[in-house]
Amino acid sequence: MATAAQNSLRLLGRSPWSARFGMLIILIYVVTALGAPLIAPYGETEIVGIEYEPWSEVYPLGTDNLGRDMLSRIIYGARNTVGVAFATTMLAFLIGSIAGLLAATLRGWADQLLSRIVDVMMAIPPLVFALLILTIVGTNLINMILVIAVLDSTRVFRLTRAVAMNVVVMDYVEAARLRGEGLWWIMSREILPNISAPLAAEFGLRFCFVFLTISALSFLGLGLQPPTADWGSMVRDNATLISYGDITPVIPAAAIALLTVAINFVVDWFLHETSGLKE
Amino acid sequence: MGPILKMVAQRLALGLLTLFVVSLIIFLSVEMLPGDITEAILGQGATPETVAAFRRELGLDVPAHLRYLAWLGDIAQGDLGRSLASKRDIAELIGVRLNNTLFLAGLAAAIAVPLAVTLGLLAALYRNSWFDRGINLVTLSSISFPEFFIAYALIFLFAVTWDWFPSIVNVTPDTPFWERVYRCILPAVTLTLVTTAHMMRMTRAAIINLMASPYIEMARLKGLSSSRIIVRHALPNALSPIINVIAINLAYLVVGVVLVEVVFVYPGLGQLMIDSVSKRDIPVVQAACLIFAVTYILLNLLADILSILSNPRLLHPR
Repeated sequence: MATAAQNSLRLLGRSPWSARFGMLIILIYVVTALGAPLIAPYGETEIVGIEYEPWSEVYPLGTDNLGRDMLSRIIYGARNTVGVAFATTMLAFLIGSIAGLLAATLRGWADQLLSRIVDVMMAIPPLVFALLILTIVGTNLINMILVIAVLDSTRVFRLTRAVAMNVVVMDYVEAARLRGEGLWWIMSREILPNISAPLAAEFGLRFCFVFLTISALSFLGLGLQPPTADWGSMVRDNATLISYGDITPVIPAAAIALLTVAINFVVDWFLHETSGLKE
Repeated sequence: MGPILKMVAQRLALGLLTLFVVSLIIFLSVEMLPGDITEAILGQGATPETVAAFRRELGLDVPAHLRYLAWLGDIAQGDLGRSLASKRDIAELIGVRLNNTLFLAGLAAAIAVPLAVTLGLLAALYRNSWFDRGINLVTLSSISFPEFFIAYALIFLFAVTWDWFPSIVNVTPDTPFWERVYRCILPAVTLTLVTTAHMMRMTRAAIINLMASPYIEMARLKGLSSSRIIVRHALPNALSPIINVIAINLAYLVVGVVLVEVVFVYPGLGQLMIDSVSKRDIPVVQAACLIFAVTYILLNLLADILSILSNPRLLHPR
């Protein structure tokens, strides 16, 4: 294990500035999300002043449309928006990678069935599909997480199946099969460790995508519901301020943008390192 | 031409099958509703009599497969049903808005596609230069921006600070063409920024991939200029992935338009759909969803077919 740690340290030492910048940003977001109650000057839903107060020493970023402190809500938003996106991505990976591994290991009709279902699901634009389902089942947090996770798991399925197909034909998988190992062992112990690098990179990209979709839905008023502090709906609720030349509503949107840029930088570098592509 | 026609026919058949399944999903999604659509609309306080009357009005007393066929038949004749909220004819409601949406998406495409391909070619031509790195950084960032961030940033700069363009885009069927273009500039630029990055990166990657092939080496050894090598030798072979990514992005434009329309209060189909989702006006959502999905599928199908047709290896079989 010591060599693995050393290797990753050495890898970090060689990382370009864009990847380091990305990792620093991600770290800041994680700390903010975990320590939100300690960092935020006011409570998440606490009404502290009148509506739309300007920036001042008491309210660093002013107050929102209901008189709640903007800065505190942005800090709590890190916890809510990022947390929900993270949970959704985890769920999408759980569904997608298990289905993908099953398809690659079982082959035959199971593969055919799963692949055709995924083909059809991928033919529908995800945001439109999500809107349709949310109209029908109603907009609440659990429904949104489920709908987006299922829609997004299709891309994870495609990738997992494709990379797992290359591993399934290896001799050591055959050896494990002949040894009489069960399906679960082969999937989790023989195949999964060998496809973890592309899956990790995909996790970053999928997270960005899910994060943007959830923000978009929240912005449209169909995602996280009030009074939860959430970056997407904060932009919408305070958008009128922009026409008075106040940039406050753009700050939560910028917080979304900064995190996705940071993740993309890290993933870009990670892909470059693991693919062995050295220009 | 035999194998090509066969491949095209296969794609067409697959596309039609997908269209069928998607229409089925859109239709059946309402059936999945826990309880009944009537209860969802009328609320729990409705008496059994009103529920029964409403069910008859919606035609829900007929079995599902017959209703599906009738629904498809109506749509084929341009009858999309009636809105639950306003009782108006959906086809009438959607007609003008669909035009507006297509106009906006078309305008964005007319800016984005030439820009992306040119930038991609230049980045491939001056690979690893400061120009390439700069473009790479900018596009990597703009891919990761949410549309509404770009939209509000543009509004803040060009509508509020400088007051060059309107921040609320209002067009009617009588708006003259150039006036319409002028009003739509900000939303179109937003969509351009979101889509250009992806197309440009794919163009660059496709060209760079080809630059390692032996026939490019040959052309270079013949002493041709690098711009001629890229335009005459690499581009025709890179066309198929480029066309593919352009079509996928056009399909994305049609969907991405939803958010941008909401930000700019643009009277398009996306705006209507979002309004209807929050009102749970299911027939309108179904119709809008169907139009978006059909456009998306047809554009993807077009991409598939064009990339088969533009592949030199398939066009000139040995």
